[in-house]
Amino acid sequence: MKNPALIGFYTMIRQDTIRIFRIWSQTLLPPVVTTTLYFAIFGGFIGSQVAPIDGYSYMQFIMPGLVMMSLITSAYMNTVSTFFFAKFVKNIEELLVSPMPAWTIVAGFVAGGVIRALLVSILIIITSFFFTPLSIANIFVIIAAAVLTALLFSLGGLINGFYAKGFDGMSIVPTFVLTPLTYLGGVFYSIDLLPEPWQSLSLFNPILYMVNAFRYGFLGISDVNLWICFAVLGGMTVVFFLVTLWMFMRGEGFKN
Amino acid sequence: MPPAIEVTNVTKTYKPRIKGAQEVEALKGVSLTVPAGEFFALLGPNGAGKTSLIGILTGIVQKSGGEVRINGISIDEDPDTAKTFIGVVPQEMNFNFFEKVEDIILGQAGYYGIPRSEAKPKVEQLLKDLGLYDKRKERSQSLSGGMKRRLMIARALVHQPKILLLDEPTAGVDVELRRGMWDYLRRINGEGTTIVLTTHYLEEAEQLSRHVAIINKGAVVTDEPTKELIDRHEGQKLEDIFLKLIEEEKPAV
Repeated sequence: MKNPALIGFYTMIRQDTIRIFRIWSQTLLPPVVTTTLYFAIFGGFIGSQVAPIDGYSYMQFIMPGLVMMSLITSAYMNTVSTFFFAKFVKNIEELLVSPMPAWTIVAGFVAGGVIRALLVSILIIITSFFFTPLSIANIFVIIAAAVLTALLFSLGGLINGFYAKGFDGMSIVPTFVLTPLTYLGGVFYSIDLLPEPWQSLSLFNPILYMVNAFRYGFLGISDVNLWICFAVLGGMTVVFFLVTLWMFMRGEGFKN
Repeated sequence: MPPAIEVTNVTKTYKPRIKGAQEVEALKGVSLTVPAGEFFALLGPNGAGKTSLIGILTGIVQKSGGEVRINGISIDEDPDTAKTFIGVVPQEMNFNFFEKVEDIILGQAGYYGIPRSEAKPKVEQLLKDLGLYDKRKERSQSLSGGMKRRLMIARALVHQPKILLLDEPTAGVDVELRRGMWDYLRRINGEGTTIVLTTHYLEEAEQLSRHVAIINKGAVVTDEPTKELIDRHEGQKLEDIFLKLIEEEKPAV
């Protein structure tokens, strides 16, 4: 590996991965604990009273959505916090003065978010073994949905990081946008159970497509056509990447 | 050989952050040339525009107008190549204080495309040269102020740049350490590294630089060899000359 841009990219990934493991009690453990509580309370205690959905127990039905929920939050929070911190202590300048092309720097931050999101997802899937048997309908769909969603929300977190002026600025979008959209994105129910207009309105929620693509990978069932799910996911990822790159090159929110 | 730095008619205007506030014209058409191998002092009072100019040279600040060439390469046409020639020691500490000393420098080497295995011996040598070798495994937050300054110098030199920009590198450093840093800077300048130094210690500029430029309120007041400037002012100290030149620029009250 002699390509300078690739060495820079690898350096960024290495640093962030070491950081993720160094502070594992802040980066990896909390989503696992929270999701375990969801498994126990919604899946175990309440779920046992709920009728099967498409032939699967409620616990089996919500498992992919719960993994996706943590994946989204982990990807988003990783990039927003690493970029904001780098801006706050000014070590973003180490990257800005270097000859690394803008796309490599964006890719380096995003890769950190993807790695953390995938690690959290794997840990939650392992935890789910204690509550429900693992069913895999299509492993490639699971991987593609997880990676694309992690990419998308890492990019979203990075945009938030550009503009965040304080610690409050990092939590507004996750609290007031991501959490409601995730809860309304079919994690805990099938939208087929919703009356109109809620069923049609749900189709405007992008997280619905991610949760359903992921659920299809595990259970082989989805409220939405799988190709539409990937078209939405892929399209949004490309748009977010181009917007993030453009903003980074302009130095939006972090350059004078 | 092209000049190390060519700055032509560079302007920088900061837009107001608060509604109703006025724009700040930090640089008003600055032109300077730093030949390769020079030890160049860029002086000026607080707010003169020195840090803005250093920021423009390194790509941290976007200029409003004018042209900048680093080693003959335009920062507008090929910024990534232009950046390979520069190492920068900023005024403020700007490293991750949770990282170990060694990792900060190795990380910077990676950003410049130097593989970790190749960078390791260079990093060890730099840490030895700058008296930080024993601290290499410690978190940077545990270093003293002077050590932090030396860490930033080591980080700036890890890719062996042709040009080293130092923005007040000895601020808050005790006399002994400052003298040690001077010796080190003289040594690397003697080995061919072009040095651009901004400092408020005019004795430092007088001791080290062969060329001085003074900027005030975003414009160049003087730009000439240090010796000629001092000779022209009948052997006065640089500090007195500086004050005189800045005073002349002040508006009458």
